[in-house]
Amino acid sequence: MDLSYSAEELAFREEVREFLKEKLPKELSDKIRKGLELAKADMERWHAILNAKGWLAPNWPKAFGGAEWNAVQRHIFEEECSAHHAPRVVPFGLSMLGPVLQKFGSKEQQDKWLPRIMNGDDWWCQGYSEPGAGSDLASLKTTAVRDGDHYVVNGQKTWTTLGQHANMIFCLVRTDKDAKQQEGISFLLIDMDTPGIEVRPIILLDGSPEVNEVWFTDVRVPVENLVGEENKGWTYAKYLLTHERTNIAGVGFSQAGLSAVKRIARAEMSGGKPLLFNPHFAARVAQVEVDLMAMSTTNLRIISKAAAGTAPGVESSMLKVKGTIIRQEINDLARRAAGAYAMPFASEALEGSNDSLPDPHEAGPVAAQYFNNRKLSIFGGSNEIQRGIIAKVVLGGGK
Amino acid sequence: MNFDLTEERQMLQDSLRRFLRDRYTTTVRNSILGSDSGMSSEIWSELAELGVIGALFSEDDGGFGGKGFDLAVVFEELGRAGVVEPFLDTAVLGGGLIAALGTSDQKALIEDIIAGGLQLAFAHGEPTSRYDLNRVGTTAVVSGAGVTLNGRKAVVVNAEAADSLIVSARESGVVDEEAGISLFVVPADAAGVTVQGYPLLAGGRAAEVILEDVVVPDSARLGDAGKAFGAIEAAVAAANVALCAETLGAMETATALTRDYLMTRKQFGRPIGTFQALAHRMSDLLIELEQARSAVINAAGHLESDRRQREHHVSAAKNLMGRTGRLVAEDSIQMHGGIAMTQEYELAHIAKRIIMSDHRFGDTDHHLERFIALSAA
Repeated sequence: MDLSYSAEELAFREEVREFLKEKLPKELSDKIRKGLELAKADMERWHAILNAKGWLAPNWPKAFGGAEWNAVQRHIFEEECSAHHAPRVVPFGLSMLGPVLQKFGSKEQQDKWLPRIMNGDDWWCQGYSEPGAGSDLASLKTTAVRDGDHYVVNGQKTWTTLGQHANMIFCLVRTDKDAKQQEGISFLLIDMDTPGIEVRPIILLDGSPEVNEVWFTDVRVPVENLVGEENKGWTYAKYLLTHERTNIAGVGFSQAGLSAVKRIARAEMSGGKPLLFNPHFAARVAQVEVDLMAMSTTNLRIISKAAAGTAPGVESSMLKVKGTIIRQEINDLARRAAGAYAMPFASEALEGSNDSLPDPHEAGPVAAQYFNNRKLSIFGGSNEIQRGIIAKVVLGGGK
Repeated sequence: MNFDLTEERQMLQDSLRRFLRDRYTTTVRNSILGSDSGMSSEIWSELAELGVIGALFSEDDGGFGGKGFDLAVVFEELGRAGVVEPFLDTAVLGGGLIAALGTSDQKALIEDIIAGGLQLAFAHGEPTSRYDLNRVGTTAVVSGAGVTLNGRKAVVVNAEAADSLIVSARESGVVDEEAGISLFVVPADAAGVTVQGYPLLAGGRAAEVILEDVVVPDSARLGDAGKAFGAIEAAVAAANVALCAETLGAMETATALTRDYLMTRKQFGRPIGTFQALAHRMSDLLIELEQARSAVINAAGHLESDRRQREHHVSAAKNLMGRTGRLVAEDSIQMHGGIAMTQEYELAHIAKRIIMSDHRFGDTDHHLERFIALSAA
């Protein structure tokens, strides 16, 4: 057991710091610091900067152009990105589809799609959930029927995050209606420009248009866009979910969120003193900080183990549950800290500016974020589903 | 002990609930939320006609209620329906302060309020006052022409629609002294008043109000110079009873929606309410809901008590509502899942009303500290 960083790791941290100081555009870090939404072009800009440095895909093998960092390097990178208010990489192509194609895709698929992900040629979105298939994902009903060299897809996906920006979607579809639920599912890559696809925005409770419904009517998809084998899609989907969950604890988000809470509470006055020095509020902040310190180490322990080859199973469920509890508690503290100034609705913030709003502490749209992040404990397998997974393993019936 | 409503209050509750169920539908409310004014003058007039505003004033002031339980009945129903119109600001705060301190000339305004023809806003909080009622930095200086006001008021709800603002300002003393604070009725179009409006997350609108050498006549002052604090505290106590009752009504809607959803939404081949993890959480919400109802009854029943008892119960209620409100809002969303994250679903608006009521006149922590201070006194 040794909690200190090696000389190489310290040098790596220095390198990351230098890079962020030099290359992170101030317009982007300002938006992140103020809690404003990024435009599509902002995200593409940051991707290109990371790609030029070779740091866009920390978890990809070098053979595919990734950085192939170990758990500690990724942790350091994450910490520094939070501290410097760097944007997060959009995960759909890089963290979700990429690893699936690397493990299960054909050589042709890897050669075609992976460089396009790196170069930002494609914006991917995820076609998993359906109106009737949320927590019970395997009950999905979107069908794909083979017709010559094509599959014909019909159905509806929902909660498609940033689908409005996407030109490609990876989908779970039912290719065998008679098989047991999990056994009749396939994994398809679908061009969003194909006739028969319609994207409709869903406005979330904080007013943000970040998710969508995607409708498929007789959409023809070339068979070469099937990943792996027909009817084996559930295996790939589960693999993808474990990758999705390697960052599910959101430690970096929590660290950035906690600094924001302190910044707001230092500016907000209560009884003539900064709120941060109010014992009651200070205790709330300290409590969540203590939890976060432990979470950071739990996260490192688990991803180190995963890097050593043990597939994270029940541990990733633990990270998701505790990580989201901490993140949501920090969102709650931020809205509390802002006092009455949490009440204004910053619709303009969605466009990247809230200059017209009163915001004396530069708190940003803290209440909107509080509401928006209720999603954390719902999506990617709700926290109830995660607790079920843990219980099943621990109490029996599991592997 | 008798926990039944009086016949009059029961009738008011029934007719208000019926009216709002029929008229204040989700569609109507969504169009109000999307409108520039953030409120419906038609709904306002109809509710005034129904006696909703009259119920908030005593008979002496031309109404037929004005007690804590009248406020509780009205605001519980407004909360149940997620009403965003500013009854709290115009009637309970603005009207309440005029009723408490006004001369007979000033009180003439109350008739207009009750009839639905006048809008008011209470311009009290400031950028650095947070929830401290005694911290007033806005100044009032008597001169030959009258009284000159200077300062900035923060997040003044209903300021744009208001015909007049009830502005607090300091005539003497240091910034956090209770003595020295006065109230003035300031016409919204008075020279030197700037109103910078914006929408609120949970519906309705507010504004930053900047006062630059605003001159009002001496007759604009409510009550004696520098002696308004007691009335401000009492009006805010009434507003907190109203807010707590409103939150209770919204919590009733949230739990009803959640119960219905748990019984109809199926995953894994059965209604999700049959999963024990959710069933027990639902039970917890219902337990907390009854606690919330009792806290509202305690506060409403002591609104006419002496200051110490009144404030003790009000702070207890606001603390409890802040906690249970958060639990009900968050767990209702969580048990619904994604559907409750969408703006068009009823619960989204209701949850926002519940959470954002914690940001007016003291959140759950503020009132816990206040409760401790009052207990020690």
